Parts: sequence; structure tokens; C-alpha cells
Amino acid sequence: MTLLSIKNLTKRFGGLLAVDDVSFNVEQGKIVGLIGPNGAGKTTVFNLITGNYIPDEGHILFDGRSLTGLKTHKIVSLGIARTFQTIRLFKNLTVLENVMAGCHCRMRSGILSSMLRLPFQRREERLALARALKELEFVGLKQHMDINAMNLSYGNQRLLEIARALASNPKIIILDEPAGGMNDYETNRLVLLIEKMQKRGLTVLLIEHDMNLVMRICEDIIVLEHGARIAQGKPEEITRDQRVIEAYLGIEEDEDEALEAEGRD
Amino acid sequence: MLKHKNTIQVAAFTVFILACPFFLDAYWINVINNIGLYAVLALSLNFIVGYTGLFHMGHAAFFAVGAYATAILNTSYDIPIVLLLPVSGLAAAIFAYIVARPIIHLRGDYLLIVTIAIVEIVRIALVNDIFGLTGGSNGIFGISRPDFYFFDIRTPHQFFYYIWAFLALSVLLFYNLEKSRYVRALNYIKNDEVAAEGSGVNVDHLKLTAFVLGAFWAGMVGNIYASKMTLISPASFNFWESVILFVIVILGGSGSIRGVILGAFLIIGLPEIFRQFAGARMLIFGGAMVAMMVFRPQGFLPPLPRKYPVHKIQPGGEKTL
Ligand SMILES: Nc1ncnc2c1ncn2[C@@H]1O[C@H](COP(=O)(O)OP(=O)(O)OP(=O)(O)O)[C@@H](O)[C@H]1O
Ligand SMILES: [Mg+2]
Repeated sequence: MTLLSIKNLTKRFGGLLAVDDVSFNVEQGKIVGLIGPNGAGKTTVFNLITGNYIPDEGHILFDGRSLTGLKTHKIVSLGIARTFQTIRLFKNLTVLENVMAGCHCRMRSGILSSMLRLPFQRREERLALARALKELEFVGLKQHMDINAMNLSYGNQRLLEIARALASNPKIIILDEPAGGMNDYETNRLVLLIEKMQKRGLTVLLIEHDMNLVMRICEDIIVLEHGARIAQGKPEEITRDQRVIEAYLGIEEDEDEALEAEGRD
Repeated sequence: MLKHKNTIQVAAFTVFILACPFFLDAYWINVINNIGLYAVLALSLNFIVGYTGLFHMGHAAFFAVGAYATAILNTSYDIPIVLLLPVSGLAAAIFAYIVARPIIHLRGDYLLIVTIAIVEIVRIALVNDIFGLTGGSNGIFGISRPDFYFFDIRTPHQFFYYIWAFLALSVLLFYNLEKSRYVRALNYIKNDEVAAEGSGVNVDHLKLTAFVLGAFWAGMVGNIYASKMTLISPASFNFWESVILFVIVILGGSGSIRGVILGAFLIIGLPEIFRQFAGARMLIFGGAMVAMMVFRPQGFLPPLPRKYPVHKIQPGGEKTL
């Protein structure tokens, strides 16, 4: 079953065509990778999905429903949660409260019931707390719950963003370079975590430059270059695809060779 | 341990306030009353400036709408002051909704400029006797005092109980609110709007509710102020008043109830104590403020981290959201 369907998506920034008529589907329960060289338009696609940008053309269907014109918080409440390429945490709040942010859209109590601490509101707070603790445990940050988010290590900050996203009870989680800035040990833990998310029934769409990671966990890969989709397929197919090798992997190899050549001098 | 210390502080402060009417004369009780009024006003501004981090320097406008709603309805239609308390709040809240809605998406400095404009526009409208209702620069006089069935409020000492009971009730409600998803969400917005929206928080809506709620309370303080003075004029609701409220919040501790109350004591109370140094007063005041912002940018009493009953949740066993 198709959970997320991107149709002829186009986004221009002034004269720059950041996303050029991109279409792809994300199947329910799969781990899907979106890759491409720097500036290919990957993050822009994410921002279009989450309503941060409005597409110039094309549309996005989620769970059979069009996301056109919806605001970001509404899209989150429909079941799309995200993390950011440049970490965006609530730096001066505790780790626990950061995760509770995800619970917000699942809660109903209003100003009046909170002022009066009605039983309904207190019960809901407790349920939210339990959910936040569960997600902290899930990503392995429970022992850090009382410190401020800005005092976490870089790798743990990425995990915290994931916990916050999970707390909103999403159907799909979209991760923008989750391994960015992580060391090998942390990256391995991340891989396990992403697989655990899949076992929970989540669909995962991720952007990643770490090809090792992408080839290990993604079942389906979409390749962007200059805003356009140049390939889609299983990891083995992508590594063999001539256009991908030229446009993306090839460049890296050339660079590596060039570097090696320099090194030999 | 920490909790213990807080309880003692709150208890000591309550005892101090309750003792005031027994050893202070009418003049000083009136000072304490003004501190109380400014404290609630600043607490209402705290929703916008403190919790949400929006630069709003026009709060006196909402205060004015509440005070004038009370004055007009009381002097023209003889509606009892106490009944007008919620009405004034509502009037200010509706006004805030109308003016804040179109500007709510503005950022930082732009919002600041617009809110300054709002308070000026309101003041000028009042001076120009808009709709022939506001009495121009002379204002409106002959506003009644609050009348309850069992007692009337006339003297500073009687106002003391009225104002501080109102403050105590407000603090209780705001304190509860601080422990809810509402103030948490405002704090998310203060920290990072994009991340807040991306986590599922309706940022624009919540900012608007912060304005509306803050204005509602400011409007109610306007009602109490009008009945305390029995005479109001545009001069009481100018830009400078807004600045004072802003300073109380920032200096005392943005987003901190204790801090804001302390701020009101410092900004409204200290100048009274140092009356004899009238000339140097503003200089000392200004110098102290600069020093504060350099050495304690969080304010005197920044908010304490919220505590959650984590130990009450059994891992795995609990139902979750
Ligand atoms: N808000 C914006 N305004 C103008 N140009 C933008 C904006 N966002 C992105 N771009 C441009 O659009 C292009 C695609 O950017 P995008 O961030 O989507 O790339 P990316 O594939 O995520 O790259 P990276 O791997 O470096 O993160 C780039 O040329 C970028 O400069
Ligand atoms: Mg990117």
C-alpha cells in the first residue's frame, strides 16, 4: 500500500529550480532513502512534504489525502513527523520537555481545564509523560531526561529529535541526515534504531550522505540531481545505475582519486 | 529539598503581605496596592513576553481598553463595577484579537514596532474623544467603587484585600497553567518557532491566544484600576506604562511568576523608598538596569525547571498517549 505519494512536485527559488517535476511513492512499512549530491533538492522535498514550503506545481498525497494548503502542524497531526538537517531542539528546555513537544498535537486540554487542573487534564498530562518516557527509553536517552537539550552531545541531540518526532505518534517519520555528525559507533546504534522503528510499524523516509548506511537499511532509494529524480530502485540497482554513478557516486570517486593523486606527490 | 525551600519562600512572602495592613499607613498601603496591580498586569504581559518571547511593548493599550470599558459602562449605564470585571476583560480580549491577528506572524523587531504603534493609536484615540465616549484628555470621572453585597471597598486598606486576593487567584491559575501543555507550547515557540510548528504546535494560533489571554487579564486589571482611581485619563495608558511593564517582566525574570512579582516590587516599590533622592532616582534606576542586563540577562529570578512526577510512571506498565 502506498502511504506517501509525491506527484510532479516542482519548487523554484527565484530563478533556481530546486525541485524539478519529482514524483515517487513511499510504500507503507518500508525504509526509503532519498539521496543525491549537495544542493540536489532533498531537503527542499522534505520541506514541501511538511508544509514548510508551498510547491509551485504538483501535489502530495498522504494516506489518500491531499496535503495541499495544509499548515505544518496540521500535517504533523495527520501523522508525518520529521527531524531537521541542522538540529532544531528547544535548547533551553529539558530533554524530557523536548520530547513532550511531540505529544502536544495528541492532547486536547485547553486553557481553562489547565487553569483549573480538571481531572481530564491531569490524566492527559500523565499519559503524555508516560509516552515521552517511553520514547526516551526507545532512543536510549532516558538517563539524560533532566538536563537541558543543549547540553547533550551532538549524536544524542539527533536521537532526541527522533524521540520528539516519535512522540507525535506518526505513521511516517522523515529524517534529514540523521547520521550527520555521528561517529561510527553512534551511526551503528542509529541503524539499529531505524530498524526498530520499522518493527514498530513505522514507515521511514530518510536523507543521508552516508552511503554505507543507506545501502544497509534502505529497501528503496530515490536519487535526485539538480532537483530532478534520476533514478529509483533497490540498493543493488542504484549502485549499478549508470546515471547515478556518473552524477553522484562517480563524482565522489573522481574526487577520491584526485585526492589520492595529490597525496602521492 | 528545593521544593522545601520554595514552599518556605512562598509562605514567608504570604505572611509578609498579609502583615502589611497591620503596620503600614494608608500611603504605604496604597504603594503596596499599586505594586499588586502592576504585578498582575506584568503577569498578564508575561504570557506574551515571558512565556512566548514576543516583543510586545503595547500592553498598556489592553489595560486602557479594560479601564475605559469599565468607566464608560459604569458612568453611562450604572452597571455595577464588579459585574464589569469580566466584561472589561472580554472587551480587552476582543480588542487584542482584532489587532493581534493581522500582525501575529511578524517577527521580533517588526512586531515590536507595531505594538508600540498600537498603544500610541489607542492613546491618541482616547485623547481625541473617539465616538464622544472617552472624554478626551480629561478622561472620565465619577467611576464607582466596587460594591459587594456584604461590604463595600473604599479605603486603601479595603482595596489592599481586593487587589491582593485578585493577584493570589491569578497566580494560582497561572501556576496551574505553567504545568500544562499550554505554557509548555508557548515555551517551545520561544525556543524555536520552526521546530515548534514542526513538532505539531499551531504556532500562530497559540501566539494569538497568548495575546488574547494576556489582554483579558490586563482588561480586568483595568477595571480594578478604574474603580480604585474613580477617574481615568489617557495619560495613564501611554507608551511609558508599556515600557515599565516590559521592564518588570524582563528584569524580574521572563516567564517566571516569582520573578515578575519581584520585578513589580523593584520597579514600582523602590522608587517610593528612594523618594528623597528624586533627582538621581532615574539615573540609579537606569544604571541598575544596565548592570542587570549585563550580569543577569535572565532576570533576578528566572523560571525554575518544571518538575514531572516521573517516579509515578511505571516503565512499560502505563497506558500512554
Ligand atoms: N529557502 C531557500 N531560498 C532559496 N534557495 C534555497 C532555499 N532552500 C534551498 N535553496 C536552494 O535550493 C537548492 C536545493 O537545496 P536543498 O537544501 O534542498 O539541497 P539538499 O539536497 O538538501 O543539499 P544538502 O545535501 O547540502 O543538504 C540549493 O541550491 C539551495 O541553495
Ligand atoms: Mg539538505
